[in-house]
Amino acid sequence: MQIKEIQEEIIDEFSMFDDWMQRYEYMIELGKSLPLIEDAYKTDDNIIKGCQSKVWVHAELQDDKLVFTADSDAIITKGIIAILIRAFSNQKPKDIIEADTDFIDKIGLKEHLSPTRANGLVSMIKQLKLYAVAYQTQIK
Amino acid sequence: MSWLSGIFVYQYIDMLDINKIREDFPILKRKVNDRPLVYLDNAATSQTPKQVIEAIVDYYENYNANIHRGVHTLSQEATDKYEQARIKIQKHFNAAKPYEIIFTSGTTHSINLVANGFAALLEDGDEIIVSAMEHHSNIVPWQMLCERTGTILKVIPMNMEGDLMMEEYEKMLSNKTKVVFCNHVSNALGTINPIDEIIKKAHGVGAAVLIDGAQAASHIVADMQALDVDFYTCSAHKICGPTGVGMLYGKEEWLNKLPPYQGGGEMIAEVTFEKTTYADLPHKFEAGTPNICGGIAFGAALDYMHQIGFKNIAEYEADLLAYATSELLKIEGLKIYGTAQRKTSVISFNIEGVHPYDIGTILDKLGIAVRTGHHCAQPIMDFYKIPGTVRASFSFYNTMAEVDTLVEGVQRARNMLL
Repeated sequence: MQIKEIQEEIIDEFSMFDDWMQRYEYMIELGKSLPLIEDAYKTDDNIIKGCQSKVWVHAELQDDKLVFTADSDAIITKGIIAILIRAFSNQKPKDIIEADTDFIDKIGLKEHLSPTRANGLVSMIKQLKLYAVAYQTQIK
Repeated sequence: MSWLSGIFVYQYIDMLDINKIREDFPILKRKVNDRPLVYLDNAATSQTPKQVIEAIVDYYENYNANIHRGVHTLSQEATDKYEQARIKIQKHFNAAKPYEIIFTSGTTHSINLVANGFAALLEDGDEIIVSAMEHHSNIVPWQMLCERTGTILKVIPMNMEGDLMMEEYEKMLSNKTKVVFCNHVSNALGTINPIDEIIKKAHGVGAAVLIDGAQAASHIVADMQALDVDFYTCSAHKICGPTGVGMLYGKEEWLNKLPPYQGGGEMIAEVTFEKTTYADLPHKFEAGTPNICGGIAFGAALDYMHQIGFKNIAEYEADLLAYATSELLKIEGLKIYGTAQRKTSVISFNIEGVHPYDIGTILDKLGIAVRTGHHCAQPIMDFYKIPGTVRASFSFYNTMAEVDTLVEGVQRARNMLL
């Protein structure tokens, strides 16, 4: 599935919820289902700076697609990164670089996009895209 | 009781009428995430009463002008008000002289001013002592100073309750000790440190003492002369004043010894290209146009606090703390960090198996403002081996009902997150 399609799917899922509690409960569930990073990759180098909780992301090129795994010590943060990984993992670096992130706003998580927000959603998106840029050069 | 020819009106109110007090704070009426705001981040910054907001508006609407230089009426008026504010601060802290009060941009600025000044006075091998429960702003300037001067930094350890280990402090003191630095109240734990004893012991070996009163100022009136402290500092925004302004108290003899921190206008007596002579205190440390409005509003904030009464505030906040502590401890798996006998109305806690950030996020959705994280005191978090805590800090305008809302919110967060 294309990034755009996955994002639409996520928006659909979140539109079923009436209030923030249900949204957060769903995010917590998503967090629990996150494809966990291997312990060997939970290094300081893989920590995303700018988060109040610790977030580790590992990227690996499989054929021409980039696969992300991640973990966090905070469950809501884990849910947020799970959503991002669902949208961006297993995609071509070029598509990740070009993808927009409006869907975050549409699923009611706009508040997490503020740069002052300590969970660093902005930093996470930036990091995923940076990985994509780095691996893009390898493909060429 | 009238104090200082009518500048202060000191009223003693036996029982605080919290609902009436809350009327003074416009922000407390607002909603956050469709719920009434429950503001429990007072240790980060306090809210501003309309009396202070009006002082700010009055300044800009009626007498905004640069001070100390102009001969025109507005400048005179602004200068008078600014200097009156200095006197209010002097009286509040019982400093011997008004010029021992230096206006700064806040506690961090004050500490840097003193640390920088000592760079000229310290020698290789001299020692500085800080406490283990300092805010980063209290650690970093001294570390920078040590790097520059070859001075050695020593740390007074603390115990699990969050009390400083005074016997260890005594062992550290020697004739090499030149500066002792400690906060009056810990921002992360709320511990009230025994600064009386810390000051006396430091003076016993001839060391100067700087006390960071940022977290104490809204709860405790510190008496400079009784404490015999060399330097004391606080920020206005934690005592119902505006951000960007604070004060440094320094004993006259010390302020004369320290070189100026910044060069510029206001701090000079005479300037030629060959040599500049510095202005007298306090202007030697107040280079450039100061935060005039902020200084005046700082004075208005102290007026307001005195009108409520610091004794009343302390008594009521002690009740809030006791109630919140006992209610929070009823929540399964909740642990409070900082259980010193003497503490201010600050509760730092975690729930077993839950990251503090997650609790803070859920509480925010419920309209409850708390602080999460390491509270700029990473060494304390390392000591307890935790990533951070949730910190609820209470002020005199908080209600017992808000404590209940917090407890319900934490319970709800726990149910969601575990």
